[in-house]
Amino acid sequence: MSDTPPPTDSQHIHSEEFLHDLMRRQLRLSISCAAAFLVVLIGLPLANYFAPEFMAQRVGGFTLTWLVLGVLFFPFVWIIARIFISRSIALEESEVKTAADRNLESKI
Amino acid sequence: MQIDYWILTFSAITVIVTVWMGFRSAKTSKSASDFFVAGRSVSVGWNASAISGEYLSAASFMGVAGMVMSSGYDALWYPVCYACGYLFLLLFIAGPLRRFGAYTIPDFAEGRFDSPVFRKIAVCFVLFIGFFYTMPQMKGAGTTLAYIFPGLPYWVGVAVVGAVITLNVALGGMKGITLVQAVQYWIKMFAISVPVFVLLSVYGGYGKNLSLNKSAADATPPPALVQTVEYGENPAQRLVMPEKAPKDEAWIAPFGPLTTKAAKAAGLNAEQTKPYSLLYTFSLIVALVCGTAGLPHILVRFYTNPDGVAAKKTTMWVMILIGVFYVFPPVFGVLGRNFLPELYSGIGSKGPDKVVLELPTLIRQKYGILGSILSGITCAGAFAAFMSTFSGLLVSMTGALAHDVYGRMLRPKSTPEQRMRMFKYCAVLVGGVAVLLGSLVEPLEINFMVGQAFAIAASSYFPLLFMSVWWRGMTMTGAAVGMLSGGVLALAAAALTNVSTLAVDPGPMGKLFSRFAGMNDFWKAHPLLRILAEQPAIWAVPLAIILMIVVSKATRKTIPADIRMKMLVLHAPEKLGLKQEYIQEHSGPAH
Repeated sequence: MSDTPPPTDSQHIHSEEFLHDLMRRQLRLSISCAAAFLVVLIGLPLANYFAPEFMAQRVGGFTLTWLVLGVLFFPFVWIIARIFISRSIALEESEVKTAADRNLESKI
Repeated sequence: MQIDYWILTFSAITVIVTVWMGFRSAKTSKSASDFFVAGRSVSVGWNASAISGEYLSAASFMGVAGMVMSSGYDALWYPVCYACGYLFLLLFIAGPLRRFGAYTIPDFAEGRFDSPVFRKIAVCFVLFIGFFYTMPQMKGAGTTLAYIFPGLPYWVGVAVVGAVITLNVALGGMKGITLVQAVQYWIKMFAISVPVFVLLSVYGGYGKNLSLNKSAADATPPPALVQTVEYGENPAQRLVMPEKAPKDEAWIAPFGPLTTKAAKAAGLNAEQTKPYSLLYTFSLIVALVCGTAGLPHILVRFYTNPDGVAAKKTTMWVMILIGVFYVFPPVFGVLGRNFLPELYSGIGSKGPDKVVLELPTLIRQKYGILGSILSGITCAGAFAAFMSTFSGLLVSMTGALAHDVYGRMLRPKSTPEQRMRMFKYCAVLVGGVAVLLGSLVEPLEINFMVGQAFAIAASSYFPLLFMSVWWRGMTMTGAAVGMLSGGVLALAAAALTNVSTLAVDPGPMGKLFSRFAGMNDFWKAHPLLRILAEQPAIWAVPLAIILMIVVSKATRKTIPADIRMKMLVLHAPEKLGLKQEYIQEHSGPAH
């Protein structure tokens, strides 16, 4: 993508439509990643509350809930972060490309 | 007990190396802008280490272990949310703020709302949160020195460490240089992980040690005080629990001593306390996750990356580096419960907060000198932890005081020399206040205090950043009202619970704060209010956001005129070059 010239003189990127679309796409990505994270973050205390026996069962000496919170939570968050980063980089590239295409069109 | 020279040597080496590296790096980068420009050439790996190094404070290094030991499962939320709050920062705030090019929260406040007044408000708030965050670092310092020099009063340790770091900052060393912070991360990582591996190989695995604590769901009957538990082929033992130690069932399970304290004090039974406990847990989660996303000293380093892609990769590595780190401190807490239970009877700096420092000495009987060496290593890590965080805070608070309060508000016409001199005076002033506050808080847990600092950040900065980035209808008045109401109310609530806790301390602090003792009767009668005051985030964050929306709607006319351009700079990919365009428009001749 680096070979695309920055389309600074474009009218399109200054339009309401572009900004609205841009923010909506970014927010949708951020919210869906946050939702995956929040389901587990909010769900774990609820599971502890409503299913204490199940969460207290032993897994290799740990209680299940200790294992989830003290160890497994970290890799889970890494996965979400990884997905978010690759998608948001792809999103930016496609925004730059769209802006460049529109810029070309407006010149023609 | 005598001074152990191994421990002393390792600690001294850490201090000397840190001070030396600070001065050496300070010589090569003289100004704040040098620091940022130099940072831009730094690789992703170094930068990620530096961010992690700055982030892992005494709370992470000593406090988490101490709190897991004293409160069990519930304390695990702290390390998890310290690490995962970063995700929120990444998802909603880091990218836009980077594109906007605002180095600090005051910079952002001024740029987003074109308002120097708001900048001043934000600066004052930086100082408030900063002081709240220095207190636990000082407790870490006092605890560590009292451990290295047995018999040394706690406040002397606080004063000595405070004076050394303040002097260092005032003389120009330790400017938050990337290299120093990065090395500090690896010292901390080494110091927390190596002793854990050695201890686990001696005392059995993490899971095995946890299994020595009976959970209510375990089929076997409650254990005797001295116990031998069969686990696989190797029997494991633990020591007698003193009376003050929490019971096994409460310690290992969720909704234990930490979250039920208020309801228990009110005399509620186990079933009645559970909903209160759940509320406490959720409020704690909100505070820690949103607080991380609003911590000002973390945000700054997002600009030391060459571009947005590198910034995102750096964040990924930061999350991995701090996530791996946070697996270790709870292990100290678990081992401490089994093998150093006498700490439960200790108060202040002699209590569980020093478990990380003392635990390695247990293997002295078996391996002699190795125990002292490992204890020296964890002491070195503790020094790295509170020194890096305290000096980072001191630099940013002093900067705010000297450049913003003095340079912009009090004496706008001052010369650069006057400001440099003022920087030194301010460093001494800030350091002095931090030492004073730090010497008051010996009875409070390190981790607990950091949690409260996070709650205040969560109810002020997080709503400010989140709403300003994603909602164009925000006005300066709305932002200021929301940030101040949320932050000040959370601060007041947290302070109220702290003074009432200090009032019942058996030590000297109890006398000093004795007039607040009556408040504890009120808390007993109203456990719900006590929880909401101790963990204010669950009401303070929504309150701040609602106030921002309502007041902004009422002052709609004052939305900055070029708001669309500002939003574009915040959100459009950096490759489109809108930032340069924006700067040209602002600095060029008026159209």
